[in-house]
Amino acid sequence: MSLDTVEIAAKSPAQTQPWRELGLKEDEYQRIREILGRRPSSSELAMYSVMWSEHCSYKSSKVHLRQFGEKAPATDVLLVGIGENAGVVDVGQGYAVTFKVESHNHPSFIEPYQGAATGVGGIVRDILTMGARPIAILDPLRFGPADAPDTKRVLPGIVAGIGGYGNCIGVPTIGGEVVFDETYAGNPLVNALCIGVMRHDQIKLAKASGTGNLVVLFGAKTGGDGIGGVSVLASETFGSSKPAKRPAVQVGDPFTEKVLIECCLEIFAEDLVIGIQDLGGAGLSCATSELASAGAGGMLIQLDKVPLRDANLSPEEILMSESQERMCAVVSPEKISRFLEICKKWEVVSTVIGEVTDGKHLVITWNGEIIVDVPPRTVAHDGPVYNRPIKRPAEQDALISNTTKSLAVPKSGSEFRQILLDLMASPNLADKSWITSQYDRYVQGNTISASPSDASIVRLDEETFLGVAVSTDANGRWCRLDPYTGTQLALAEAFRNVAASGAKPLAITNCLNFGSPEDPGVMWQFSESVRALADGALEMGLPVTGGNVSFYNQTGSVAILPTPVIGVLGVIDDVRHAIPLAYKKAGLELILLGETWEDFDGGEWAHLQKHLGGLPPRVNLKHEMRLGKLMSDSRDQIVAAHDLSDGGLAVSITEMALASKIGAIVNIPENHFVHLFSETPGRILIAIESDQVDNFVGRAIDCEITTTKLGKTGGDEINFENLFSISIAEMREINSATLPRLFG
Amino acid sequence: MLKAEILDPQGQAIANALPRMGFSLSPVSTRQGKRFELTFDHEPTDKEIAEIKKAAETLLANPVIEIFEIRMER
Amino acid sequence: MRVGVVTFPGTLDDFDAARAVRFAGGESVSLWHGDEDLAKVDAVILPGGFSYGDYLRCGAIARFAPVMSSIIEGAKNGLPVLGICNGFQILCESHLLPGALTRNKGLHFYCKDQELEILNNTTLWTNNFKVGEKIVIPLKNGEGSFQCDDKTLAELEGEGRIIAKYISENPNGSRNAIAGIANAAGNVVGIMPHPEHAIDSLTGPSTDGLAFFTSVLKKMVNA
Repeated sequence: MSLDTVEIAAKSPAQTQPWRELGLKEDEYQRIREILGRRPSSSELAMYSVMWSEHCSYKSSKVHLRQFGEKAPATDVLLVGIGENAGVVDVGQGYAVTFKVESHNHPSFIEPYQGAATGVGGIVRDILTMGARPIAILDPLRFGPADAPDTKRVLPGIVAGIGGYGNCIGVPTIGGEVVFDETYAGNPLVNALCIGVMRHDQIKLAKASGTGNLVVLFGAKTGGDGIGGVSVLASETFGSSKPAKRPAVQVGDPFTEKVLIECCLEIFAEDLVIGIQDLGGAGLSCATSELASAGAGGMLIQLDKVPLRDANLSPEEILMSESQERMCAVVSPEKISRFLEICKKWEVVSTVIGEVTDGKHLVITWNGEIIVDVPPRTVAHDGPVYNRPIKRPAEQDALISNTTKSLAVPKSGSEFRQILLDLMASPNLADKSWITSQYDRYVQGNTISASPSDASIVRLDEETFLGVAVSTDANGRWCRLDPYTGTQLALAEAFRNVAASGAKPLAITNCLNFGSPEDPGVMWQFSESVRALADGALEMGLPVTGGNVSFYNQTGSVAILPTPVIGVLGVIDDVRHAIPLAYKKAGLELILLGETWEDFDGGEWAHLQKHLGGLPPRVNLKHEMRLGKLMSDSRDQIVAAHDLSDGGLAVSITEMALASKIGAIVNIPENHFVHLFSETPGRILIAIESDQVDNFVGRAIDCEITTTKLGKTGGDEINFENLFSISIAEMREINSATLPRLFG
Repeated sequence: MLKAEILDPQGQAIANALPRMGFSLSPVSTRQGKRFELTFDHEPTDKEIAEIKKAAETLLANPVIEIFEIRMER
Repeated sequence: MRVGVVTFPGTLDDFDAARAVRFAGGESVSLWHGDEDLAKVDAVILPGGFSYGDYLRCGAIARFAPVMSSIIEGAKNGLPVLGICNGFQILCESHLLPGALTRNKGLHFYCKDQELEILNNTTLWTNNFKVGEKIVIPLKNGEGSFQCDDKTLAELEGEGRIIAKYISENPNGSRNAIAGIANAAGNVVGIMPHPEHAIDSLTGPSTDGLAFFTSVLKKMVNA
């Protein structure tokens, strides 16, 4: 096949092009022709098609995501906001922390191990490219029913992939979630969050500036991985009747990523780069157009210089390739030899492939012939913007009126006991060690707390004990009932988890997993969710620093429950004073903070009975903020704490007792059923020394937080006085048996 | 291949998976090993063959726990 | 007291091993795999990780690094060498220690706080323990199953060269629950679990691992 150059394109306007097969719509193709004033060359067509796909251009979500900027709270902690590879916040003492969560849902359904592994690789590179050392990974995972055959196919592979990649690159995987729900059968959600740290003056941005500066591609060689992956997978659902595109799963090499990390950090330490960008979705198309757009616009790339694993790749394929573990840097001529020297030390392949020019176009040549000549902003930033139709689903009212009031209410102690056992044995609440023990939580030696703690905590400084705490949360069921409230409840919970550990929440990231944007009902859910998060962020004073949107999570016309995953990052000035989950001794007082109402709709008790209907609990962000303040003010008094969520108080007490290996004797107020299992938000259970109680309660009153003394820690059983009791041994056996039984 | 007396958990996992997936095979032994392919553009000399054997003994296989076989295919 | 910590491409726990040396009161010296010069250190640690990605076999490529030829030479002359996890794998591949580490019997990578019993306190790396002492340090690997032939096992047991065994659970299927061994002279020790992650109760399950590092420093002072 002969090369389709820009010159040939200018002379052959009538030539038909496979724009539809590449995922473009007719009006988008016409727009490209208008921008260029001619038909695009096949390489240009390839670039526009990947960069204008949903996954890369955010065309359906941009109009909504703007709210994060428009409603951004005034804050002095934000060093880098939305728009860069990841957001960066100031955590004090000259440290900057970058964090972000991303999705790799569709690839993980196709090839679980590699899909999850490359998902981890991608988010780690996003953090690395900001100039940071990656220090922790969290993985919010969602699967279909635990006993479904397909779950047995995807779960072990996904967990092995996350562990296999994360462990090998030496970044501890210390938190996340595992949720099972029918809605994710056929659409598992694999979201990966990474945190990195650097000094303020080490922050790196993706900018190509300075005429004559060199563009260097380094890392793995380029092969045929994922060609068309981005536009194919993110713009199509499974089981659709359109012609199948070539399946495309990238394969990760964590060893190459590890040496790339060390190589980059040495390069950063010597201040050798002007700009740097990692290659993720859309590979070189994305890296070059984004780097060029961020600069003055001019860049020249000699594509034939790209080192290849497969010599048979065409220029279009090279541009679209999603081979992993590659980065692109802009380096001045004075610094290039030192840059290449460091790469050589680490045996990282590095090649100068171009330079920054004083023009306004991104020009790419292949053996001297121009195959791409475009204004880079039109590729990277000025993609299509859709205002998708929005319509509240007709069945929403019926769903809301079908509340849990229709379910029979248990009344006896033995019924409550059975419900608690069923909950603790259920896959969602079962012990997750089968999964978390496949992750290295110790590497780098700075992990202060990891799963199953509420927040994951990492130390940043060995002398001052400064640290950060992160938590993620989402609730698809609550969001289905009311996407606005459900999203704010997820924000509240992530916030509360961070606050319960004694840290001060600082910033938000998000991964918005939804169905097809072409479905007006899904767009209603999405728009409500984004509005809720923007409003919530403003009210709580926490900037949204960045995130990810994953659309098309559906099978046929059935979308997943709307699942916006919210991540909150907080800072803790002394990790030695972080509040643990386990109370470690008998005789402590157990106190419930916050009020309990009747909140069963969309909760775990309802889930056990396969009921989804009604409305989620009311959310009160101001209350959550006061509760957070109480926790951090009382940090030194509180011996242990656990927030209340799925399954309510009974589950929280049980989880604390199991972690502590010490029982509890508690007296539950009337209405017993409500107090045991209701899922009212804004509540935390604490353990505190008896002589600290009065002082603490006084402080709680000042914060307008109600306190309820429940009982004491001690013994070898969890005793709900006058109702029921269960030995720790029996509870542990039931709680630990579920995952090994299901997954071997 | 791992020596016969060394535990081969991967081989065992495969052996367990075969009947689970409905295959009616019942081999007396299922083992997992590695295959290395060195492709030359010429017929290897005797010296090269000796070197290949040395490479196999010192790098490609661990003689403490593995046995190997060298085969030439044209 | 200068303790060298080697970094191969893919090594992960070098930083943690260096920290452990400092916690124990020594000075850690970073050694690069490509450099034969051991910088006159008094002891060497081969830390954990996935050198060369564990490709081919764990430690199979690292053992041929230039730094290893100096370490092998030094070990023959009594240089104290501690191999942790991947380091243990490299020592076996280099034949400084007998046997080999193979895939965990459960096939999964496994990270847990593991109970061990110390069986030998005469080596340069374990003399600060009591025989029979029970410790808890993190175990985290996918290929930690120690295997050897009957003759080797008889030698190791007969000569008291098994320095630690797994107790309460044998998580990777190691022969005779062997968690760590020493060479005949007692200067080279390999251990599968990670003592460098148990030096500070803030970040690990205990401080039981510190004695590995204080042992060698004590010996060096007394030497």
